[in-house]
Amino acid sequence: MLTLFYLFAAISVLSALVVVAARSPVNSVIALIVCFLSIAGHYILLNAQFLAVVHIIVYTGAIMVLFLFVIMLLNLNKATEPQKSLATRVAAVVTGGLVLLTLLAAVRHGISVEPANGFDIGTGLVRSVGRSLFNEFLLPFEVSSVLFLSAMVGAVMLGRREKNPQAA
Amino acid sequence: MATPITQPLTKRSQVVSEKRMTLMERIYLPAIVKGMGITLKHFFRLRKATVKYPEQLRPMSPVYRGMHVLKRDEQGRERCTACGLCAVACPAEAITMVAAERKKGEEKLYREEKYAAVYEINMLRCIFCGDCEDACPKEAIFLTDRLVPTDYTRGTFVYGKQWLVEPLDPALRVDVSKRQPKAVAEFKKDRNFAHNR
Amino acid sequence: MIPIVIFLVALLLVTLGVAAYATYAERKVAAFMQDRIGPDRAGPFGLLQPIADGVKMIMKEDFMPASANRWLFFLGPAIAMTTALLTGVVIPWGGTLDLGGTAFKLQVADPDIGILYVFAMVSIGVYGIMLGGWASNNKYALYGAIRAASQMVSYELTMGMSIVALVILTGSLSLNDIVEQQRAGLWNIVYQPLGFLLFVICAFAECNRAPFDLPECETELVGGYHTEYSSMKLGFYLFAEYVNMFISSAVISTLFFGGYDVPFLDGLGLPQNVTVILGTVALFLKITFFIFLFMWVRWTLPRFRYDQLMDLGWKSLIPLAILNVLLTGVGYYLKNGI
Repeated sequence: MLTLFYLFAAISVLSALVVVAARSPVNSVIALIVCFLSIAGHYILLNAQFLAVVHIIVYTGAIMVLFLFVIMLLNLNKATEPQKSLATRVAAVVTGGLVLLTLLAAVRHGISVEPANGFDIGTGLVRSVGRSLFNEFLLPFEVSSVLFLSAMVGAVMLGRREKNPQAA
Repeated sequence: MATPITQPLTKRSQVVSEKRMTLMERIYLPAIVKGMGITLKHFFRLRKATVKYPEQLRPMSPVYRGMHVLKRDEQGRERCTACGLCAVACPAEAITMVAAERKKGEEKLYREEKYAAVYEINMLRCIFCGDCEDACPKEAIFLTDRLVPTDYTRGTFVYGKQWLVEPLDPALRVDVSKRQPKAVAEFKKDRNFAHNR
Repeated sequence: MIPIVIFLVALLLVTLGVAAYATYAERKVAAFMQDRIGPDRAGPFGLLQPIADGVKMIMKEDFMPASANRWLFFLGPAIAMTTALLTGVVIPWGGTLDLGGTAFKLQVADPDIGILYVFAMVSIGVYGIMLGGWASNNKYALYGAIRAASQMVSYELTMGMSIVALVILTGSLSLNDIVEQQRAGLWNIVYQPLGFLLFVICAFAECNRAPFDLPECETELVGGYHTEYSSMKLGFYLFAEYVNMFISSAVISTLFFGGYDVPFLDGLGLPQNVTVILGTVALFLKITFFIFLFMWVRWTLPRFRYDQLMDLGWKSLIPLAILNVLLTGVGYYLKNGI
């Protein structure tokens, strides 16, 4: 099991690096898909089957398909990659470095990595996930669905054909 | 002025209109089920249209227009006199010929005083319309119900006399009697016409 | 451990065998529906035709366009085939055999999330088509890939929603539980006729089968996503379609037609192993029927136009699926309370 964990960990870290480093957007997306799959592997190692499979369906199967779809439609490649100015690059490096520093500091001093309660093997199964979603977290769950609804309405509004350009 | 057709041309024709479909039609499922019924009926139909070709041949019309033959007369002489009418009639310009004069002692070979030394049909150009057959005044060229065999190279499709002229052996002669309607046969008996002599 | 490995290998071989003979059946069914007799030269009744086809595929020149993306071009068919074959492991192929004292369930794995696993594999399967189509660097292939992606994403929604209604009834996502419940009561088709219809339509769309075969539609896109493919890579794509068809038929039979359940068989008092084997045979008969249905529809209906496809998916099927979920929920509430 530990070997599997290290394997998945190595794959997810490496593919995450490829996502950032790859020049071609399509390669980036594929690396991200591999990364997601290996994270799903981690979930399965924790016996969180439901989470793993939903992760694959939603992220790998739907969102990344749409990413790839857009990249294919726009035909993004090296030639169309915008050139960043020096100032932007410096700003990006500084911001990224600060985030890294904060995270490192937080991990070193603040966050405890030990699990608060003992590990329960049934936590990730459909039954327990459903129970906690519809009992303890019912309100946030329903509120987030309203959020999705508003996002959908927004998308429909954006995609709607203008009937009269002058009036708008 | 042409009068508009008010009567349907066939019994199966239907008037197409852009009327709004009813609910039953918009569900599509009844139509789909109906269509699937039709295919299923055909699925179980025993009479199939397939002809298993090499073993089983489709019946061919006796006047099928296939590979050409250059006929000989009863005494085995080539009938063609290289007049070139077939080449002129050919819409695909598939026929080429070189004429030559009959020498002394060749009377057994050629019927007329002039004959075709070279007679070539490009079978890739030929459209098998049979106009050459119609144009020929000497009853020399006929289309037959034989098929032109396939091959791998273009060159082999230019058929020379060795492929076109029928064999001397009477048993191997190509029978074209069915291709000649009665009227033509009657006409040929009339020796008053120069080319029937 | 050893029986499960043997079972896995057997499952793989059976899947491939069924898919191979599905290609033969497709040609025969097409021929019969068009009043022809179909392939009959290779072996008696043409039964060796799949082997002849396979040999032909392997012997063909393996061509790769110079401008293609090498790795992705290679990866496409591999993903399509792998995901197609991976799905079979969660399907319960039969009951529990008694192998000299040890019980052996004819199912490789029975996770809690069985039906979701099938969905996950199907959704990864899109990448096979998308990557292959994009990597070919050909406009027709790209069109095919894009069509495949949008079609699959659209129809997955309806498919998922028709399953939600089913899951409300069964209360379990495990395929084995679903079959066992149908063995105890009635088949799910009785409770979920609309759900079944929606699921079958979406299964057709997910398998890229006519009338939803727009990604490869040869009249518009030459070959769609596999335009540039040749030899065994093309073979993998075509074969993956038949494997998907087999698996979809198995899923449909399992979800709505009782899987390996044969009504009244348990009451006959036959030995357990005989009952189990008869159940598996029954499952394969059901699968055969649905594979035939796939072909029957393909050789009956013309292909959709692209906007019609999207209209059908978003404006008809999804509202129907939501309605079905609502009706099922209300029915469940009236019968059982919360």
